[in-house]
Amino acid sequence: MDVIIQLQRQLSDYTNSLYREGFLDDQFKQLQQLQDESNPDFVVEVVYLFFEDSERLISELAKTLSQQPMDFKKMDAHVHQLKGSSSSIGAQRVQKVCIAFRNYCEEQNIDGCLKCLQLLRNEYTLVKNRLETMFKMEKQVLGAGGSIPLN
Amino acid sequence: MDDSSSGCSHSSKKKSTMADDDRKELHVLAVDDNIIDRKIVEKLLISSSCKVTTAENGIRALEYLGNLGVHSESQTPALHQDDAIPTAAGDLKVNLIITDYCMPEMTGYELLKKIKESSILKDIPVIVMSSENIPTRIHKCLEEGAQMFMLKPLKHSDVTRLRCQLMQCRS
Repeated sequence: MDVIIQLQRQLSDYTNSLYREGFLDDQFKQLQQLQDESNPDFVVEVVYLFFEDSERLISELAKTLSQQPMDFKKMDAHVHQLKGSSSSIGAQRVQKVCIAFRNYCEEQNIDGCLKCLQLLRNEYTLVKNRLETMFKMEKQVLGAGGSIPLN
Repeated sequence: MDDSSSGCSHSSKKKSTMADDDRKELHVLAVDDNIIDRKIVEKLLISSSCKVTTAENGIRALEYLGNLGVHSESQTPALHQDDAIPTAAGDLKVNLIITDYCMPEMTGYELLKKIKESSILKDIPVIVMSSENIPTRIHKCLEEGAQMFMLKPLKHSDVTRLRCQLMQCRS
């Protein structure tokens, strides 16, 4: 029993830190609330869809940035997609970079776009790692026979 | 579930209830080009006791709407083989369309227009969603006959609000 409580506390602390550091926002809680017995892996499924989609979009952005002449419209369309999905799952820091990125696209500022792409890669990697860690911790709690506390 | 190779997919609550409940159950067609948003909207609606069909763009949505109530053997429903064959026009009737605004090729606004211009489809309420809060955009959609305009990302409370409004309209 102690083990479960300890694991749950660790998970809680970790999750709280993700909100505190701005990796996740309230929208992520909405997703967690949607999960139920009929679809117990809903959050993981959506997040993994987000990972796949983000990697595809980041790769597209890199391609577009390397082409001459630069197609800012195309870039903006990709960033808009990423902004949408990051907002939908509550990946706040990624969303913020996307907002800045769109501004640079509008200004046709190549340097700004390049910087944002780098920032995007960083923030995406960070949130991916954080979420994967959180999922691992959830698995540990469940494996020990406990349930996931809803923050 | 939603399969990227087809344009539409069906989902509903596991427990399918008797005729009475089915009549009250809303069948919603959700249109969004973003796969994550499609999955979330679908779950939001299912959690609110709706039957959901998703479409990845306006063209697929119109194809689906155009195929409802078609019984002739020569015409097959667009793109989905594993769906139930409509046994009665009322069976798969769509009670609500919820669509994203920003979509390539056909925007949500253009889809809305096409629906309102159709003598068969014009009475189906359409809700437009967007991640951008642009008053002229909202006004344009409402002018064109959209029931509601909602800001993304959608929350559970938005779907509750949506249902309330819709139920009021129906009664």
